[in-house]
Amino acid sequence: MTTDRQPGPAVIEAVGVTVALGGVPIVRGIDLTIGEGEVVALLGANGSGKSTLVRALVGVVPAERGSIRLLGAPLGRTVPWQCIGYVPQRVSAATGVPATASEVVLSGTLHGNHLLPPRGARDSARAALASVGLGAEADKAVRTLSGGQQQRVLIARALVRHPDLLLLDEPVAGVDLPSQQTFAAALADLAATGTTILVVLHELGALAPLIRRAVVLRHGSIVHDGAPPVPQPEHADPDHVHLHPHDGDRDPAHDEAGVTPTVRWQG
Amino acid sequence: MISDLAGMLGDPLMQRALVVACLVGLVAPVIGTYLVQRRLSLLGDGIGHVALTGVALGWLVGNLAELTPHDALAIPGAVLAAIVGAVVIELVRAHGRTSGDVALALLFYGGIAGGVLIMSLAGGTNANLVGYLFGSISTVSSQDLVLTVALSVVVLVVGIGLRAALFAVCHDEEFARAAGLPVRALNITIAVVAALTVTVAMRVVGVLLVSALMIVPVAVAQLVTSSFRRTMATAMAIGVVVCVSGLTITYWQDASPGATIVVLAIGLYALVAAVRPLVVRARRSGTRDPHPDVADDVVLTSGDAR
Repeated sequence: MTTDRQPGPAVIEAVGVTVALGGVPIVRGIDLTIGEGEVVALLGANGSGKSTLVRALVGVVPAERGSIRLLGAPLGRTVPWQCIGYVPQRVSAATGVPATASEVVLSGTLHGNHLLPPRGARDSARAALASVGLGAEADKAVRTLSGGQQQRVLIARALVRHPDLLLLDEPVAGVDLPSQQTFAAALADLAATGTTILVVLHELGALAPLIRRAVVLRHGSIVHDGAPPVPQPEHADPDHVHLHPHDGDRDPAHDEAGVTPTVRWQG
Repeated sequence: MISDLAGMLGDPLMQRALVVACLVGLVAPVIGTYLVQRRLSLLGDGIGHVALTGVALGWLVGNLAELTPHDALAIPGAVLAAIVGAVVIELVRAHGRTSGDVALALLFYGGIAGGVLIMSLAGGTNANLVGYLFGSISTVSSQDLVLTVALSVVVLVVGIGLRAALFAVCHDEEFARAAGLPVRALNITIAVVAALTVTVAMRVVGVLLVSALMIVPVAVAQLVTSSFRRTMATAMAIGVVVCVSGLTITYWQDASPGATIVVLAIGLYALVAAVRPLVVRARRSGTRDPHPDVADDVVLTSGDAR
Protein backbone atom coordinates (compact mmCIF):
# COMPACT_ATOMS: atom_id res chain seq x y z
CA MET A 1 0.00 0.00 0.00
CA THR A 2 1.45 3.33 -0.97
CA THR A 3 -0.83 5.67 1.01
CA ASP A 4 1.20 8.08 3.10
CA ARG A 5 -1.41 8.17 5.88
CA GLN A 6 -1.64 5.02 7.94
CA PRO A 7 -5.21 3.74 7.63
CA GLY A 8 -7.16 3.04 10.82
CA PRO A 9 -9.03 -0.17 11.67
CA ALA A 10 -10.67 -1.93 8.73
CA VAL A 11 -14.04 -0.47 7.76
CA ILE A 12 -14.51 -2.73 4.75
CA GLU A 13 -13.02 -6.22 4.79
CA ALA A 14 -13.75 -8.38 1.78
CA VAL A 15 -12.08 -11.76 1.49
CA GLY A 16 -12.31 -13.93 -1.62
CA VAL A 17 -15.52 -12.30 -2.81
CA THR A 18 -16.99 -13.82 -5.96
CA VAL A 19 -20.22 -12.52 -7.45
CA ALA A 20 -22.06 -14.09 -10.36
CA LEU A 21 -24.99 -12.51 -12.15
CA GLY A 22 -27.14 -14.87 -14.16
CA GLY A 23 -24.48 -17.57 -13.85
CA VAL A 24 -21.72 -15.36 -15.27
CA PRO A 25 -18.97 -14.55 -12.76
CA ILE A 26 -18.60 -10.75 -12.69
CA VAL A 27 -16.38 -10.38 -9.62
CA ARG A 28 -13.77 -13.09 -9.11
CA GLY A 29 -12.24 -13.75 -5.71
CA ILE A 30 -11.56 -10.19 -4.64
CA ASP A 31 -9.72 -9.36 -1.41
CA LEU A 32 -10.11 -5.74 -0.38
CA THR A 33 -9.49 -4.04 2.93
CA ILE A 34 -10.24 -0.37 3.42
CA GLY A 35 -9.22 1.33 6.65
CA GLU A 36 -10.97 4.04 8.58
CA GLY A 37 -10.60 7.48 7.01
CA GLU A 38 -9.33 6.26 3.63
CA VAL A 39 -10.62 7.75 0.41
CA VAL A 40 -10.43 5.05 -2.24
CA ALA A 41 -11.37 5.17 -5.91
CA LEU A 42 -12.55 2.00 -7.62
CA LEU A 43 -11.61 2.21 -11.27
CA GLY A 44 -11.89 0.00 -14.32
CA ALA A 45 -13.43 -0.25 -17.74
CA ASN A 46 -17.13 -0.79 -18.30
CA GLY A 47 -17.98 -4.34 -17.38
CA SER A 48 -14.93 -4.79 -15.15
CA GLY A 49 -17.18 -5.43 -12.15
CA LYS A 50 -16.74 -2.23 -10.13
CA SER A 51 -20.44 -1.55 -9.65
CA THR A 52 -21.15 -5.19 -8.93
CA LEU A 53 -18.39 -5.26 -6.30
CA VAL A 54 -19.80 -2.20 -4.53
CA ARG A 55 -23.33 -3.59 -4.73
CA ALA A 56 -22.10 -6.85 -3.20
CA LEU A 57 -20.30 -4.94 -0.45
CA VAL A 58 -23.56 -3.33 0.69
CA GLY A 59 -25.60 -6.50 0.24
CA VAL A 60 -27.64 -5.46 -2.78
CA VAL A 61 -26.44 -8.50 -4.74
CA PRO A 62 -25.42 -11.68 -2.92
CA ALA A 63 -21.81 -12.82 -2.98
CA GLU A 64 -21.48 -16.37 -4.25
CA ARG A 65 -18.34 -17.02 -2.23
CA GLY A 66 -16.21 -15.13 0.23
CA SER A 67 -16.90 -13.04 3.28
CA ILE A 68 -17.66 -9.36 3.73
CA ARG A 69 -17.43 -7.37 6.95
CA LEU A 70 -18.57 -3.77 7.25
CA LEU A 71 -17.48 -1.73 10.28
CA GLY A 72 -16.41 -4.97 11.92
CA ALA A 73 -19.72 -6.82 11.52
CA PRO A 74 -20.45 -9.58 9.00
CA LEU A 75 -22.79 -8.42 6.23
CA GLY A 76 -26.33 -8.85 7.56
CA ARG A 77 -28.57 -7.58 10.29
CA THR A 78 -25.78 -6.82 12.77
CA VAL A 79 -24.10 -4.25 10.50
CA PRO A 80 -24.62 -0.74 11.94
CA TRP A 81 -26.47 0.40 8.81
CA GLN A 82 -27.11 3.87 10.22
CA CYS A 83 -23.35 4.50 9.82
CA ILE A 84 -23.29 3.56 6.13
CA GLY A 85 -24.38 5.73 3.23
CA TYR A 86 -24.79 4.33 -0.28
CA VAL A 87 -25.40 6.26 -3.47
CA PRO A 88 -26.49 3.89 -6.24
CA GLN A 89 -25.58 4.53 -9.83
CA ARG A 90 -28.10 7.02 -11.03
CA VAL A 91 -31.43 5.56 -11.67
CA SER A 92 -33.72 8.48 -12.18
CA ALA A 93 -34.69 9.71 -8.73
CA ALA A 94 -38.26 10.07 -10.01
CA THR A 95 -40.78 7.21 -10.06
CA GLY A 96 -44.42 6.61 -10.92
CA VAL A 97 -45.85 8.80 -8.18
CA PRO A 98 -44.54 12.32 -7.64
CA ALA A 99 -42.29 12.76 -4.61
CA THR A 100 -40.53 15.84 -3.33
CA ALA A 101 -36.78 15.99 -2.87
CA SER A 102 -37.20 16.07 0.89
CA GLU A 103 -39.43 13.00 0.85
CA VAL A 104 -36.76 11.08 -1.06
CA VAL A 105 -34.05 12.26 1.35
CA LEU A 106 -36.26 11.43 4.33
CA SER A 107 -36.19 7.77 3.32
CA GLY A 108 -32.44 7.90 4.01
CA THR A 109 -33.14 8.28 7.73
CA LEU A 110 -34.48 4.72 7.89
CA HIS A 111 -32.15 1.80 8.47
CA GLY A 112 -32.21 -1.76 9.73
CA ASN A 113 -35.35 -2.25 11.77
CA HIS A 114 -35.92 1.47 12.26
CA LEU A 115 -38.89 1.79 9.94
CA LEU A 116 -40.16 5.13 11.20
CA PRO A 117 -38.27 8.38 10.60
CA PRO A 118 -36.65 9.57 13.83
CA ARG A 119 -37.66 12.81 15.55
CA GLY A 120 -36.42 15.83 13.64
CA ALA A 121 -35.91 13.80 10.44
CA ARG A 122 -37.58 16.50 8.34
CA ASP A 123 -35.10 19.09 9.50
CA SER A 124 -32.19 16.71 8.90
CA ALA A 125 -33.50 16.06 5.38
CA ARG A 126 -33.62 19.79 4.66
CA ALA A 127 -30.14 20.25 6.10
CA ALA A 128 -28.80 17.41 3.93
CA LEU A 129 -30.38 18.96 0.84
CA ALA A 130 -28.91 22.33 1.76
CA SER A 131 -25.48 20.70 2.08
CA VAL A 132 -25.63 19.63 -1.58
CA GLY A 133 -26.90 23.05 -2.65
CA LEU A 134 -30.56 22.08 -3.04
CA GLY A 135 -31.99 23.89 -0.02
CA ALA A 136 -34.42 25.80 -2.22
CA GLU A 137 -35.57 22.66 -4.07
CA ALA A 138 -36.63 20.67 -0.98
CA ASP A 139 -40.35 20.88 -1.71
CA LYS A 140 -40.12 20.50 -5.48
CA ALA A 141 -41.10 17.28 -7.19
CA VAL A 142 -37.96 15.32 -7.98
CA ARG A 143 -39.13 14.75 -11.56
CA THR A 144 -38.96 18.48 -12.26
CA LEU A 145 -35.26 18.63 -11.27
CA SER A 146 -32.39 18.28 -13.73
CA GLY A 147 -30.34 15.09 -13.93
CA GLY A 148 -27.49 16.59 -11.92
CA GLN A 149 -29.89 17.86 -9.29
CA GLN A 150 -31.53 14.43 -9.02
CA GLN A 151 -28.10 12.92 -8.52
CA ARG A 152 -27.48 15.39 -5.71
CA VAL A 153 -30.81 14.42 -4.13
CA LEU A 154 -29.57 10.81 -4.00
CA ILE A 155 -26.29 11.96 -2.45
CA ALA A 156 -28.23 13.96 0.17
CA ARG A 157 -30.22 10.81 0.92
CA ALA A 158 -26.96 9.02 1.77
CA LEU A 159 -25.59 11.96 3.76
CA VAL A 160 -28.70 12.58 5.87
CA ARG A 161 -27.64 9.98 8.43
CA HIS A 162 -24.09 11.34 8.71
CA PRO A 163 -22.41 8.12 7.63
CA ASP A 164 -18.97 6.97 8.77
CA LEU A 165 -18.64 4.99 5.56
CA LEU A 166 -19.83 6.35 2.25
CA LEU A 167 -20.01 4.24 -0.92
CA LEU A 168 -20.77 6.02 -4.17
CA ASP A 169 -21.33 4.38 -7.54
CA GLU A 170 -20.33 6.74 -10.37
CA PRO A 171 -21.70 9.80 -8.59
CA VAL A 172 -20.49 12.27 -11.20
CA ALA A 173 -21.31 10.38 -14.40
CA GLY A 174 -23.10 12.80 -16.67
CA VAL A 175 -22.99 15.62 -14.13
CA ASP A 176 -21.92 19.07 -15.33
CA LEU A 177 -18.48 20.30 -14.31
CA PRO A 178 -19.56 22.96 -11.75
CA SER A 179 -21.69 20.35 -9.99
CA GLN A 180 -18.70 17.98 -10.04
CA GLN A 181 -16.54 20.59 -8.36
CA THR A 182 -19.19 21.32 -5.72
CA PHE A 183 -19.45 17.61 -5.16
CA ALA A 184 -15.67 17.21 -4.87
CA ALA A 185 -15.58 20.00 -2.27
CA ALA A 186 -18.36 18.32 -0.28
CA LEU A 187 -16.49 14.99 -0.35
CA ALA A 188 -13.29 16.73 0.74
CA ASP A 189 -15.12 18.14 3.78
CA LEU A 190 -16.42 14.67 4.64
CA ALA A 191 -13.00 13.11 4.21
CA ALA A 192 -11.49 15.80 6.47
CA THR A 193 -13.87 14.76 9.25
CA GLY A 194 -12.71 11.16 8.98
CA THR A 195 -15.43 9.67 6.78
CA THR A 196 -14.25 6.60 4.90
CA ILE A 197 -15.14 6.90 1.23
CA LEU A 198 -15.20 4.29 -1.53
CA VAL A 199 -16.13 5.83 -4.84
CA VAL A 200 -16.61 4.09 -8.18
CA LEU A 201 -15.33 6.31 -10.94
CA HIS A 202 -14.79 6.13 -14.64
CA GLU A 203 -12.08 8.76 -14.44
CA LEU A 204 -10.72 10.66 -11.48
CA GLY A 205 -11.74 14.05 -12.89
CA ALA A 206 -12.56 16.68 -10.31
CA LEU A 207 -11.98 14.19 -7.50
CA ALA A 208 -8.33 13.59 -8.37
CA PRO A 209 -6.85 15.78 -5.57
CA LEU A 210 -8.78 13.80 -2.97
CA ILE A 211 -7.82 10.29 -3.98
CA ARG A 212 -4.72 8.73 -2.43
CA ARG A 213 -5.49 5.12 -3.22
CA ALA A 214 -7.02 3.60 -6.29
CA VAL A 215 -8.13 0.03 -6.86
CA VAL A 216 -8.36 -0.98 -10.50
CA LEU A 217 -10.48 -3.89 -11.65
CA ARG A 218 -10.22 -5.75 -14.89
CA HIS A 219 -12.50 -8.66 -15.76
CA GLY A 220 -13.58 -8.91 -12.14
CA SER A 221 -10.12 -9.09 -10.56
CA ILE A 222 -7.96 -6.45 -8.90
CA VAL A 223 -5.05 -5.59 -11.17
CA HIS A 224 -3.79 -2.59 -9.24
CA ASP A 225 -4.07 -1.32 -5.69
CA GLY A 226 -2.11 1.74 -4.75
CA ALA A 227 -1.41 5.23 -5.98
CA PRO A 228 -3.92 6.58 -8.52
CA PRO A 229 -2.98 5.54 -12.05
CA VAL A 230 -2.65 7.91 -14.94
CA PRO A 231 -5.31 7.59 -17.62
CA GLN A 232 -4.46 5.78 -20.81
CA PRO A 233 -3.45 8.43 -23.38
CA GLU A 234 -6.24 7.75 -25.86
CA HIS A 235 -8.76 8.22 -23.09
CA ALA A 236 -8.27 11.96 -23.34
CA ASP A 237 -8.51 11.82 -27.13
CA PRO A 238 -11.59 13.47 -28.61
CA ASP A 239 -12.14 10.38 -30.77
CA HIS A 240 -12.13 8.10 -27.74
CA VAL A 241 -15.16 5.88 -27.65
CA HIS A 242 -16.37 4.16 -24.49
CA LEU A 243 -17.05 0.59 -25.43
CA HIS A 244 -19.52 -1.41 -23.47
CA PRO A 245 -19.18 -5.18 -23.45
CA HIS A 246 -22.90 -5.72 -23.04
CA ASP A 247 -23.56 -3.95 -26.32
CA GLY A 248 -22.29 -6.76 -28.49
CA ASP A 249 -21.85 -10.49 -28.26
CA ARG A 250 -19.21 -11.66 -25.85
CA ASP A 251 -16.87 -13.93 -27.77
CA PRO A 252 -13.35 -13.80 -26.34
CA ALA A 253 -11.82 -12.38 -29.50
CA HIS A 254 -14.28 -9.50 -29.42
CA ASP A 255 -13.56 -8.93 -25.73
CA GLU A 256 -9.83 -8.93 -26.33
CA ALA A 257 -10.06 -6.32 -29.02
CA GLY A 258 -12.92 -4.23 -27.69
CA VAL A 259 -12.50 -3.94 -23.98
CA THR A 260 -9.08 -2.54 -23.31
CA PRO A 261 -8.83 -1.14 -19.82
CA THR A 262 -9.27 2.61 -19.85
CA VAL A 263 -6.66 3.14 -17.14
CA ARG A 264 -3.03 2.19 -16.94
CA TRP A 265 -1.06 2.04 -13.75
CA GLN A 266 2.41 2.98 -12.64
CA GLY A 267 5.07 0.47 -11.69
CA MET B 1 -85.32 16.07 -3.47
CA ILE B 2 -84.58 16.42 0.27
CA SER B 3 -87.11 13.71 1.08
CA ASP B 4 -85.55 11.48 -1.60
CA LEU B 5 -82.19 11.92 0.05
CA ALA B 6 -83.65 11.26 3.49
CA GLY B 7 -85.27 8.15 2.08
CA MET B 8 -81.97 6.93 0.74
CA LEU B 9 -80.13 7.62 3.99
CA GLY B 10 -82.93 5.98 6.00
CA ASP B 11 -82.69 2.74 4.04
CA PRO B 12 -80.61 0.34 6.19
CA LEU B 13 -79.39 -1.50 3.09
CA MET B 14 -78.23 1.77 1.61
CA GLN B 15 -76.68 2.86 4.92
CA ARG B 16 -74.49 -0.21 4.97
CA ALA B 17 -73.66 0.20 1.30
CA LEU B 18 -72.66 3.84 1.83
CA VAL B 19 -70.38 2.99 4.74
CA VAL B 20 -68.70 0.24 2.71
CA ALA B 21 -68.35 2.52 -0.32
CA CYS B 22 -66.80 5.24 1.84
CA LEU B 23 -64.30 2.83 3.38
CA VAL B 24 -63.36 1.28 0.07
CA GLY B 25 -62.91 4.70 -1.52
CA LEU B 26 -60.65 5.68 1.34
CA VAL B 27 -58.62 2.47 1.54
CA ALA B 28 -58.08 1.37 -2.05
CA PRO B 29 -55.94 4.38 -3.13
CA VAL B 30 -53.61 3.96 -0.12
CA ILE B 31 -52.13 0.76 -1.45
CA GLY B 32 -52.72 1.93 -5.02
CA THR B 33 -50.24 4.74 -4.43
CA TYR B 34 -47.47 2.24 -3.62
CA LEU B 35 -48.41 0.04 -6.58
CA VAL B 36 -48.31 2.96 -9.03
CA GLN B 37 -45.01 4.07 -7.56
CA ARG B 38 -43.34 0.76 -8.25
CA ARG B 39 -45.14 0.46 -11.60
CA LEU B 40 -47.20 -2.53 -10.56
CA SER B 41 -50.55 -1.02 -11.43
CA LEU B 42 -51.91 -4.34 -12.61
CA LEU B 43 -51.03 -6.26 -9.45
CA GLY B 44 -54.48 -5.60 -8.00
CA ASP B 45 -55.99 -7.09 -11.13
CA GLY B 46 -53.97 -10.26 -10.74
CA ILE B 47 -54.88 -10.59 -7.08
CA GLY B 48 -58.53 -10.04 -7.96
CA HIS B 49 -58.44 -12.91 -10.44
CA VAL B 50 -56.92 -15.21 -7.84
CA ALA B 51 -59.41 -14.04 -5.21
CA LEU B 52 -62.23 -15.36 -7.40
CA THR B 53 -60.86 -18.87 -6.98
CA GLY B 54 -60.84 -18.25 -3.24
CA VAL B 55 -64.48 -17.16 -3.32
CA ALA B 56 -65.43 -20.30 -5.24
CA LEU B 57 -63.43 -22.54 -2.93
CA GLY B 58 -65.21 -20.87 0.00
CA TRP B 59 -68.52 -21.77 -1.62
CA LEU B 60 -67.43 -25.34 -2.23
CA VAL B 61 -66.25 -25.86 1.34
CA GLY B 62 -69.37 -24.14 2.65
CA ASN B 63 -71.53 -26.51 0.63
CA LEU B 64 -69.63 -29.59 1.65
CA ALA B 65 -69.84 -28.57 5.31
CA GLU B 66 -73.52 -27.70 4.80
CA LEU B 67 -73.09 -24.27 6.30
CA THR B 68 -75.88 -21.72 6.26
CA PRO B 69 -75.71 -19.42 4.46
CA HIS B 70 -73.70 -21.56 2.08
CA ASP B 71 -71.58 -18.61 0.96
CA ALA B 72 -70.42 -17.85 4.53
CA LEU B 73 -66.88 -18.83 3.62
CA ALA B 74 -66.75 -16.90 0.34
CA ILE B 75 -65.09 -13.77 1.72
CA PRO B 76 -62.70 -15.61 4.09
CA GLY B 77 -61.81 -17.81 1.11
CA ALA B 78 -61.15 -14.73 -0.99
CA VAL B 79 -58.95 -13.19 1.73
CA LEU B 80 -56.91 -16.37 1.98
CA ALA B 81 -56.55 -16.92 -1.77
CA ALA B 82 -55.74 -13.24 -2.35
CA ILE B 83 -52.98 -13.30 0.28
CA VAL B 84 -51.50 -16.52 -1.11
CA GLY B 85 -51.75 -15.16 -4.67
CA ALA B 86 -50.21 -11.82 -3.74
CA VAL B 87 -47.29 -13.45 -1.95
CA VAL B 88 -46.67 -15.80 -4.89
CA ILE B 89 -46.76 -12.85 -7.31
CA GLU B 90 -44.31 -10.97 -5.09
CA LEU B 91 -41.92 -13.92 -4.92
CA VAL B 92 -42.09 -14.33 -8.70
CA ARG B 93 -41.44 -10.60 -9.10
CA ALA B 94 -38.49 -10.66 -6.71
CA HIS B 95 -36.80 -13.70 -8.24
CA GLY B 96 -38.10 -13.81 -11.74
CA ARG B 97 -36.57 -12.45 -14.87
CA THR B 98 -38.31 -13.07 -18.16
CA SER B 99 -40.29 -16.07 -17.00
CA GLY B 100 -41.99 -13.97 -14.30
CA ASP B 101 -44.25 -12.35 -16.84
CA VAL B 102 -45.53 -15.68 -18.11
CA ALA B 103 -45.85 -17.09 -14.59
CA LEU B 104 -48.03 -14.13 -13.65
CA ALA B 105 -50.23 -14.59 -16.70
CA LEU B 106 -50.71 -18.25 -15.81
CA LEU B 107 -51.67 -17.27 -12.29
CA PHE B 108 -54.18 -14.66 -13.47
CA TYR B 109 -55.95 -16.83 -16.01
CA GLY B 110 -55.78 -19.89 -13.78
CA GLY B 111 -57.37 -17.82 -11.05
CA ILE B 112 -60.35 -16.70 -13.06
CA ALA B 113 -60.91 -19.96 -14.92
CA GLY B 114 -60.55 -21.97 -11.73
CA GLY B 115 -62.96 -19.63 -9.99
CA VAL B 116 -65.66 -19.99 -12.63
CA LEU B 117 -65.24 -23.78 -12.79
CA ILE B 118 -65.25 -24.38 -9.04
CA MET B 119 -68.18 -22.01 -8.65
CA SER B 120 -70.32 -24.11 -10.95
CA LEU B 121 -69.21 -27.28 -9.11
CA ALA B 122 -70.28 -25.64 -5.86
CA GLY B 123 -73.75 -25.00 -7.27
CA GLY B 124 -73.34 -21.25 -7.69
CA THR B 125 -75.55 -19.59 -10.30
CA ASN B 126 -74.48 -17.18 -12.98
CA ALA B 127 -76.07 -14.43 -10.92
CA ASN B 128 -73.79 -15.28 -7.98
CA LEU B 129 -70.82 -15.23 -10.30
CA VAL B 130 -71.73 -11.86 -11.79
CA GLY B 131 -72.08 -10.52 -8.24
CA TYR B 132 -68.46 -11.36 -7.53
CA LEU B 133 -67.19 -10.32 -10.95
CA PHE B 134 -68.86 -6.90 -10.98
CA GLY B 135 -69.71 -6.25 -7.33
CA SER B 136 -72.85 -6.58 -5.28
CA ILE B 137 -72.78 -3.67 -2.91
CA SER B 138 -76.56 -3.61 -2.56
CA THR B 139 -76.48 -6.93 -0.70
CA VAL B 140 -74.00 -6.02 2.03
CA SER B 141 -74.94 -7.80 5.27
CA SER B 142 -74.03 -6.49 8.70
CA GLN B 143 -71.50 -9.33 8.93
CA ASP B 144 -69.87 -8.08 5.69
CA LEU B 145 -69.84 -4.61 7.18
CA VAL B 146 -67.91 -5.71 10.28
CA LEU B 147 -65.36 -7.56 8.14
CA THR B 148 -64.96 -4.54 5.83
CA VAL B 149 -64.39 -2.17 8.76
CA ALA B 150 -61.81 -4.50 10.30
CA LEU B 151 -59.88 -5.02 7.05
CA SER B 152 -60.00 -1.30 6.27
CA VAL B 153 -58.51 -0.44 9.64
CA VAL B 154 -55.65 -2.88 9.04
CA VAL B 155 -54.94 -1.42 5.59
CA LEU B 156 -55.02 2.16 6.86
CA VAL B 157 -52.81 1.48 9.90
CA VAL B 158 -50.18 -0.39 7.87
CA GLY B 159 -50.40 1.70 4.69
CA ILE B 160 -50.16 5.06 6.44
CA GLY B 161 -48.24 4.06 9.58
CA LEU B 162 -45.38 2.48 7.64
CA ARG B 163 -45.45 5.06 4.87
CA ALA B 164 -41.80 6.10 5.13
CA ALA B 165 -40.53 2.52 4.97
CA LEU B 166 -42.95 1.41 2.24
CA PHE B 167 -42.06 4.54 0.26
CA ALA B 168 -38.36 3.76 0.62
CA VAL B 169 -38.71 0.22 -0.66
CA CYS B 170 -41.05 1.17 -3.52
CA HIS B 171 -38.97 4.16 -4.54
CA ASP B 172 -35.56 2.50 -4.64
CA GLU B 173 -35.34 -1.11 -3.60
CA GLU B 174 -31.58 -1.19 -4.07
CA PHE B 175 -31.07 1.68 -1.67
CA ALA B 176 -33.47 0.12 0.84
CA ARG B 177 -31.46 -3.08 0.74
CA ALA B 178 -28.21 -1.17 1.26
CA ALA B 179 -29.79 0.52 4.29
CA GLY B 180 -30.37 -2.89 5.87
CA LEU B 181 -34.14 -2.46 5.70
CA PRO B 182 -36.12 -5.73 5.79
CA VAL B 183 -36.91 -5.42 2.09
CA ARG B 184 -38.51 -8.81 1.63
CA ALA B 185 -40.75 -8.40 4.67
CA LEU B 186 -41.81 -4.94 3.47
CA ASN B 187 -42.53 -6.24 -0.04
CA ILE B 188 -44.64 -9.03 1.37
CA THR B 189 -46.41 -6.53 3.61
CA ILE B 190 -47.34 -4.52 0.52
CA ALA B 191 -48.56 -7.68 -1.22
CA VAL B 192 -50.67 -8.77 1.76
CA VAL B 193 -52.15 -5.32 2.27
CA ALA B 194 -52.94 -5.20 -1.45
CA ALA B 195 -54.68 -8.57 -1.08
CA LEU B 196 -56.77 -7.32 1.84
CA THR B 197 -57.67 -4.21 -0.14
CA VAL B 198 -58.76 -6.32 -3.09
CA THR B 199 -61.10 -8.40 -0.95
CA VAL B 200 -62.56 -5.27 0.64
CA ALA B 201 -63.06 -3.54 -2.70
CA MET B 202 -64.37 -6.69 -4.39
CA ARG B 203 -67.68 -6.16 -2.62
CA VAL B 204 -68.17 -2.78 -4.24
CA VAL B 205 -66.81 -3.06 -7.77
CA GLY B 206 -66.19 -6.78 -8.25
CA VAL B 207 -62.94 -8.60 -8.98
CA LEU B 208 -62.75 -7.36 -12.56
CA LEU B 209 -62.76 -3.66 -11.62
CA VAL B 210 -61.03 -3.87 -8.27
CA SER B 211 -57.77 -2.53 -9.59
CA ALA B 212 -59.47 0.56 -11.01
CA LEU B 213 -60.41 1.77 -7.54
CA MET B 214 -56.81 1.36 -6.41
CA ILE B 215 -55.18 2.98 -9.42
CA VAL B 216 -57.45 5.55 -11.08
CA PRO B 217 -57.75 7.91 -8.06
CA VAL B 218 -53.95 7.90 -7.83
CA ALA B 219 -53.68 8.61 -11.54
CA VAL B 220 -55.96 11.62 -11.09
CA ALA B 221 -54.18 12.85 -7.96
CA GLN B 222 -50.69 12.76 -9.45
CA LEU B 223 -51.79 15.10 -12.21
CA VAL B 224 -52.13 17.88 -9.63
CA THR B 225 -49.68 17.05 -6.83
CA SER B 226 -45.93 17.18 -6.39
CA SER B 227 -45.42 15.20 -3.19
CA PHE B 228 -46.03 11.56 -2.31
CA ARG B 229 -47.96 12.43 0.85
CA ARG B 230 -50.31 14.81 -0.98
CA THR B 231 -50.80 12.32 -3.81
CA MET B 232 -51.95 9.69 -1.36
CA ALA B 233 -54.24 12.08 0.55
CA THR B 234 -55.76 13.51 -2.63
CA ALA B 235 -56.29 10.04 -4.08
CA MET B 236 -58.08 8.95 -0.89
CA ALA B 237 -60.39 11.98 -1.09
CA ILE B 238 -61.09 11.30 -4.77
CA GLY B 239 -61.78 7.64 -3.96
CA VAL B 240 -64.38 8.55 -1.34
CA VAL B 241 -66.07 11.12 -3.58
CA VAL B 242 -66.39 8.84 -6.62
CA CYS B 243 -67.51 5.83 -4.57
CA VAL B 244 -70.18 7.71 -2.67
CA SER B 245 -71.44 9.67 -5.67
CA GLY B 246 -71.40 6.59 -7.91
CA LEU B 247 -73.42 4.65 -5.38
CA THR B 248 -75.83 7.54 -4.88
CA ILE B 249 -76.43 7.85 -8.61
CA THR B 250 -77.32 4.17 -8.87
CA TYR B 251 -79.80 4.50 -6.01
CA TRP B 252 -82.01 6.34 -8.48
CA GLN B 253 -80.65 5.21 -11.82
CA ASP B 254 -80.74 1.50 -12.51
CA ALA B 255 -77.08 0.85 -13.29
CA SER B 256 -74.22 -1.24 -11.93
CA PRO B 257 -72.75 0.70 -8.97
CA GLY B 258 -69.25 -0.71 -9.58
CA ALA B 259 -69.19 0.28 -13.24
CA THR B 260 -70.67 3.71 -12.48
CA ILE B 261 -67.99 4.39 -9.85
CA VAL B 262 -65.18 3.40 -12.19
CA VAL B 263 -66.59 5.41 -15.10
CA LEU B 264 -66.91 8.44 -12.81
CA ALA B 265 -63.28 8.06 -11.73
CA ILE B 266 -62.04 7.77 -15.30
CA GLY B 267 -64.21 10.71 -16.34
CA LEU B 268 -62.60 12.73 -13.55
CA TYR B 269 -59.18 11.73 -14.85
CA ALA B 270 -60.07 12.91 -18.37
CA LEU B 271 -61.45 16.18 -17.02
CA VAL B 272 -58.41 16.94 -14.86
CA ALA B 273 -56.01 15.92 -17.62
CA ALA B 274 -57.79 18.25 -20.04
CA VAL B 275 -58.03 21.23 -17.67
CA ARG B 276 -54.57 20.95 -16.11
CA PRO B 277 -52.51 22.28 -19.07
CA LEU B 278 -54.72 25.40 -19.15
CA VAL B 279 -54.26 26.01 -15.42
CA VAL B 280 -50.54 25.30 -15.53
CA ARG B 281 -50.10 27.64 -18.49
CA ALA B 282 -51.99 30.41 -16.73
CA ARG B 283 -49.85 29.96 -13.61
CA ARG B 284 -46.64 29.93 -15.60
CA SER B 285 -47.48 32.98 -17.69
CA GLY B 286 -44.29 34.56 -16.34
CA THR B 287 -42.37 31.66 -17.99
CA ARG B 288 -39.86 30.95 -15.34
CA ASP B 289 -36.64 29.00 -16.07
CA PRO B 290 -37.05 25.74 -14.14
CA HIS B 291 -33.28 25.42 -13.68
CA PRO B 292 -32.06 28.97 -13.04
CA ASP B 293 -28.84 27.86 -11.33
CA VAL B 294 -27.59 25.53 -14.04
CA ALA B 295 -24.47 26.95 -15.63
CA ASP B 296 -23.75 26.79 -19.36
CA ASP B 297 -21.64 23.81 -20.28
CA VAL B 298 -20.18 25.42 -23.37
CA VAL B 299 -18.12 28.54 -23.68
CA LEU B 300 -19.63 31.13 -25.99
CA THR B 301 -17.35 33.60 -27.65
CA SER B 302 -18.68 37.13 -27.59
CA GLY B 303 -19.39 37.00 -31.32
CA ASP B 304 -21.75 34.04 -30.94
CA ALA B 305 -23.58 35.25 -27.90
CA ARG B 306 -26.96 36.78 -28.46
